[in-house]
Amino acid sequence: MEKRNNKAWLYLLPALAFLVVFLVYPLIDVFVYSLEEGYNSASQSYYGIGLYNFSYVLHDPYFIQALKNTFILVFITVPLSTILALLISLALSSIKKLKEAFETIYFLPYVTNTLAVGLVFMILFKPTAYSNGLINMLLSLFGMGPIDFIDGPYWAKMLVLCIYTIWVVLPFKILVLTGALASVNREYYDAARVDGTGKIRTFFKITLPLISPILFYLVITGFIGAFKAYSDAVALFGTNLNVAEMNTLVGYIYDMLYGASGGYPSYASAAAVILFAIVLTITCINLLISRKHVHY
Amino acid sequence: MQIRLEHLFKKFKSRDLKGGETIAVNDFDYTVKDGRLLGLLGPSGCGKSTTLNLISGLLTPTSGRIYFGDNDVTELAPEHRGVGLVFQNYALYPHLNVRENIMFPLGNLKGDAKLNKKEMAQRALKAAELVQIENLLDRKPNELSGGQQQRVAIARALVKMPAVLLLDEPLSNLDARLRLKTREEIRRIQKATGITTIFVTHDQDEAMSICDDIVVMNEGFIMQIGKPQEVYDAPTSLFVAKFLGNPPINVFKGRILNKEVYIGQDAIMPFEAFDQEVYVGIRPEGFIIDKEGPIHGEFVREEVMGKDKSVIFRHQDFEGENVRAIVPSEAAVEVVDDHINFALKKRKVFVFAKESGKIINPERS
Ligand SMILES: Nc1ncnc2c1ncn2[C@@H]1O[C@H](COP(=O)(O)OP(=O)(O)OP(=O)(O)O)[C@@H](O)[C@H]1O
Ligand SMILES: [Mg+2]
Repeated sequence: MEKRNNKAWLYLLPALAFLVVFLVYPLIDVFVYSLEEGYNSASQSYYGIGLYNFSYVLHDPYFIQALKNTFILVFITVPLSTILALLISLALSSIKKLKEAFETIYFLPYVTNTLAVGLVFMILFKPTAYSNGLINMLLSLFGMGPIDFIDGPYWAKMLVLCIYTIWVVLPFKILVLTGALASVNREYYDAARVDGTGKIRTFFKITLPLISPILFYLVITGFIGAFKAYSDAVALFGTNLNVAEMNTLVGYIYDMLYGASGGYPSYASAAAVILFAIVLTITCINLLISRKHVHY
Repeated sequence: MQIRLEHLFKKFKSRDLKGGETIAVNDFDYTVKDGRLLGLLGPSGCGKSTTLNLISGLLTPTSGRIYFGDNDVTELAPEHRGVGLVFQNYALYPHLNVRENIMFPLGNLKGDAKLNKKEMAQRALKAAELVQIENLLDRKPNELSGGQQQRVAIARALVKMPAVLLLDEPLSNLDARLRLKTREEIRRIQKATGITTIFVTHDQDEAMSICDDIVVMNEGFIMQIGKPQEVYDAPTSLFVAKFLGNPPINVFKGRILNKEVYIGQDAIMPFEAFDQEVYVGIRPEGFIIDKEGPIHGEFVREEVMGKDKSVIFRHQDFEGENVRAIVPSEAAVEVVDDHINFALKKRKVFVFAKESGKIINPERS
């Protein structure tokens, strides 16, 4: 037994070495940076060790804004996109003939570049010299005034960002969920039908529990992914996200490092550590819930 | 409740472009009497499950009618037919424990029939007691043995007190001893509840031992219907004769000549029929060791099995490797020059037409 274990470790060694160099070491480095006060990147020196960086970041209105945006994004897009994906997958798996057509439509964003899809959204939402964007044209049909979705009120911009994020994550979720639905043994449905079970009860009592492990997987990875959101906001609102009030936590960290006002690796590290703590907490909570509700 | 099946057909379109079709059920026409246990018997792919699914409503017939009692249920959706169905692989919901599995059908009751939680639990317990699994109620299906799972599936099918119980090869996943035990149990439960039951199996022993009547199917057709013993004693075709009986019937090439049945050069018995090529089927228990007997072969070995023993011998006109005769274990095996002779019990010898495989009955003169 002992010997077998040693061998296993030996086989894992190359992978572990890579993990340590590229994952563990940077992680520790970030923690160290975040505690170094007054770091100067030119001289590579610092004044002292302490929590000042955290205090600065937490009092930075841009950080607070980014935190708020990220939380809104996470708690709106993850549940919504998952439910939406589930509904679409259900429709897909019940309408066989439409399956292929649907799949192409929903996978378009999957095969197209994020930024290219951003362009499409621009056409939908951005005002030009000729029009106010497709959505506004539709709104005007119902007699509603033009809304500036790109430079206008906060809620309008947030709405666009949320729709965009959902649109981007949807294909993957649909792919996974249609697979999950297809893998449910037909006999369970036959058994339920013979016993006189209605469609809705079948869904909640049989389908949902049987795909719950995959649903939870999607929610957990969805949360992690949404916390790391950045490129979507850039695609829609450009790189100056702080001014647009549309920054995210990762955007904030990036700006602190490389942005126009950047060059503060200590603040960036402190923000990164905070993000890490949040993601860790949420993931732990998710796992605890899933432990209770996923049965096998 | 009586189940009447009228000229049922079920055709499946092939997936290939030629537009061919499989006729899974071909003119099934039979009435299962109230309270009977019917065995649906046949080799793999002969249409047993399809027939069952037609009755449960999971499939709709291509043509033909199905009546439960006096009601035509042909167009009725399965959820409204109220049959209990035990699947080949049980189909127990893996996320629910045994109690919840058994209670599941009760949750579908509507209107006046609606039950509260307590009543449901009571009914479930009753059903569980019937199949003797009341001590397993809190387990999940994957914590049960195959036999226990099968009993849970039966309890789930019985709990709503269906008028019709359908069992699709419920014993196929069990070991030999458990099969024996559970088939007796199914018989006991069926007797106790008086539910009209159809039991699908491809194991003839199973069907013979517990069914009131059996239907033998082949390639969608009904080959023969009757009480198990009747079908065994008077098969109407070579197929049925071969299919029933364990060890299987011995089939020889033979012919009828001058009102005698011949196997090779040996006239084995007088037979009133015109001259023709035939197959002669002899049940293993139809042989009697007799030095003067008409049929003989090259002795291979004997196998003792308790009160009986098998005498294995070789015969050049036999369809297959070795002939198996079953004789009482105290019978003396008389081998002369490596050869052994047998007399035959007439009732155990059947003659079938070579082309059609149909039984030839001697013309009474
Ligand atoms: N959905 C289907 N589409 C096409 N052909 C089918 C379908 N279901 C069954 N068949 C065909 O119908 C025939 C009867 O199948 P069925 O499942 O009734 O056999 P069975 O007697 O239950 O066999 P087994 O003992 O192996 O379970 C088979 O030839 C099978 O290939
Ligand atoms: Mg079958």
